[in-house]
Amino acid sequence: MTSRQPTLKLKSQQLNTLINVIKQRGYTPVGPVVREGSLIYDRLNSADELPRGWTDEQDAATFRLKRRSDNAYFGYNVGQHSWKQFLFLPKVKLFTSIKKGKTFEVIPNSPHEIVQNYAFIGVRPCDLQAIKVQDLVFNNGQFTDPLYKTIRKKNFIAVVNCTQAGGTCFCVSMSSGPRAYRGFDLAMTEVLSGDDHFFTVEVGSKSGAEVMSEIPHDIADQTQIETADKLVERAARQMGRSMDVKDIKEILYANLENKSWDDVANRCLTCANCVMVCPTCFCSTVEDITDVTGEHAERWRRWDSCFTMDFAKVFGGNFRPSSKGRYRQWMTHKLATWIDQFGTSGCVGCGRCITWCPVRIDITEEMRTIRSGAR
Amino acid sequence: MAIKKPKVAVFKFASCDGCQLSILDAEDELLIIANAVDIAFFPEASRRMLKGPYDISFVEGSITTPHDVEYIREVRKMSRVLVTIGACATAGGIQALRNWKDIKEFTQIVYAKPEYISALDRSLPISSYVHVDFELQGCPINKYQFIEVMSAFLHRRRPNVSSHSVCIECKTKGNICVLVDKGIPCLGPVTHAGCGALCPSYQRGCYGCYGPMESPNTQSLSKHFIRLGLTGQDVMLAFRGFNAYAEAFRKESDAHEK
Repeated sequence: MTSRQPTLKLKSQQLNTLINVIKQRGYTPVGPVVREGSLIYDRLNSADELPRGWTDEQDAATFRLKRRSDNAYFGYNVGQHSWKQFLFLPKVKLFTSIKKGKTFEVIPNSPHEIVQNYAFIGVRPCDLQAIKVQDLVFNNGQFTDPLYKTIRKKNFIAVVNCTQAGGTCFCVSMSSGPRAYRGFDLAMTEVLSGDDHFFTVEVGSKSGAEVMSEIPHDIADQTQIETADKLVERAARQMGRSMDVKDIKEILYANLENKSWDDVANRCLTCANCVMVCPTCFCSTVEDITDVTGEHAERWRRWDSCFTMDFAKVFGGNFRPSSKGRYRQWMTHKLATWIDQFGTSGCVGCGRCITWCPVRIDITEEMRTIRSGAR
Repeated sequence: MAIKKPKVAVFKFASCDGCQLSILDAEDELLIIANAVDIAFFPEASRRMLKGPYDISFVEGSITTPHDVEYIREVRKMSRVLVTIGACATAGGIQALRNWKDIKEFTQIVYAKPEYISALDRSLPISSYVHVDFELQGCPINKYQFIEVMSAFLHRRRPNVSSHSVCIECKTKGNICVLVDKGIPCLGPVTHAGCGALCPSYQRGCYGCYGPMESPNTQSLSKHFIRLGLTGQDVMLAFRGFNAYAEAFRKESDAHEK
């Protein structure tokens, strides 16, 4: 949008109207919900399903959901799930092939059969940045993933700016939060003060403006805007982690033989959890399967990781057989070669790889170790 | 003239037959399989027993007696491709727990006439005695993986059997990590995929039924278990299950044995 839109104010009671309007406009709303005591992203039928009154405590290798003393709708940070699972599907059939005499017929899987019009509710600014990073990977003009492109095209994004930070958050270091500035349809900030519970809403697109036009709302006054701003500023001061990104690329390139890689390799499980939970990691593998008769074959694509042995296996051997080599590949790609490749860091500071590493490997700590012992 | 169907055999050594039952459990696919191949030798399923050679032999069970040693060498000679299935055949099985004990002492206690018992002092995987073309891990094996391996060998392609951690299966399914989210000790990070992350899908830690994954860092995971409050004895027992004698698990349990 060219002209700056005024910040709007949405009463908390209208949050469900927002979800209903989004549904009426043909979207499938997806957002945070609590299932079996865990925070996940799933289909959202109403605002009542949001994890209202819940918060999270996060540190390396621990995530715990806790009750809040208030009724905030978005009083937690990011869980294990990310929006990646809806945009870059974990497992997808690419085509089916059927034997026809001496030849065979290929039946492609049309993206349109798989694609849902997803409306993401409660996207955190770090995760919005992650989506932009994956846009550069999957839809960069030179290379296009048709499935990703189609899903993104039909995608509605309602950001919720962060008013508190988690124990493993470091979006401030990566300049990806706690506030989103562009690339959304709506960006909301939740304000709870006394009996007053509302959202300030910034409109970022035509679809966002259309949605808001169907919901009763006010124009936010200066005090309300400032209150919301202060909450976001508070989150910025609460970061559980930090990473110095000055000359990060040069430092990593100069330290490929730093002895700290051996130390992290001793701890690394090569389980690939960090990759799986990373909202920007984009690697996949392709598997061809046939049935017993050989009449029917399928090609599937599924998430893969630079931590698996098959990933770097080529004819004659594996060019990254050690866990040292594999961890170094992951971290150096994420923080350094990514910049050469896509013009941006692959890290958005969401902290997932720290929280969900089963053995507490912390990318910010590893980077600090390398920096402090840098040649 | 009908094309000659590939001859498939299923052999059993020291085992509980659970892997063979997994094959028989593939009910929706059995008729298709029976159409595509000649099930030439599968005593658990049929009394019809054709002589070798076989195009593919699947072998369940571990080697525990001198007779087993002779027989597996015969099986190898009769088989173009030999695929071992299950924790017994690939790692020695639950019965390999006796490898830490004196077998003679057991036979003395259990049998009235221990001299009738002819047993080797250790229960070992098939690959300790003969060349194995492919090992399908799991206790019991996953029937879909079995069909995948058979299809792959029949059509001369690489089986899609990933040897990475169970964690990737959990994450692909969207399971929330029980280790991080609930503090439940889980062997998933060091365990071979294949079960579809069955236990974590039901909020349980992984028991390691599918044996060690491709690059298991058992030591690092054990350290974390100790941090979570497990004792060395707990860790030893965690690794001493169905795949106790698989090298990575064996070494880790030994490291925690007092």
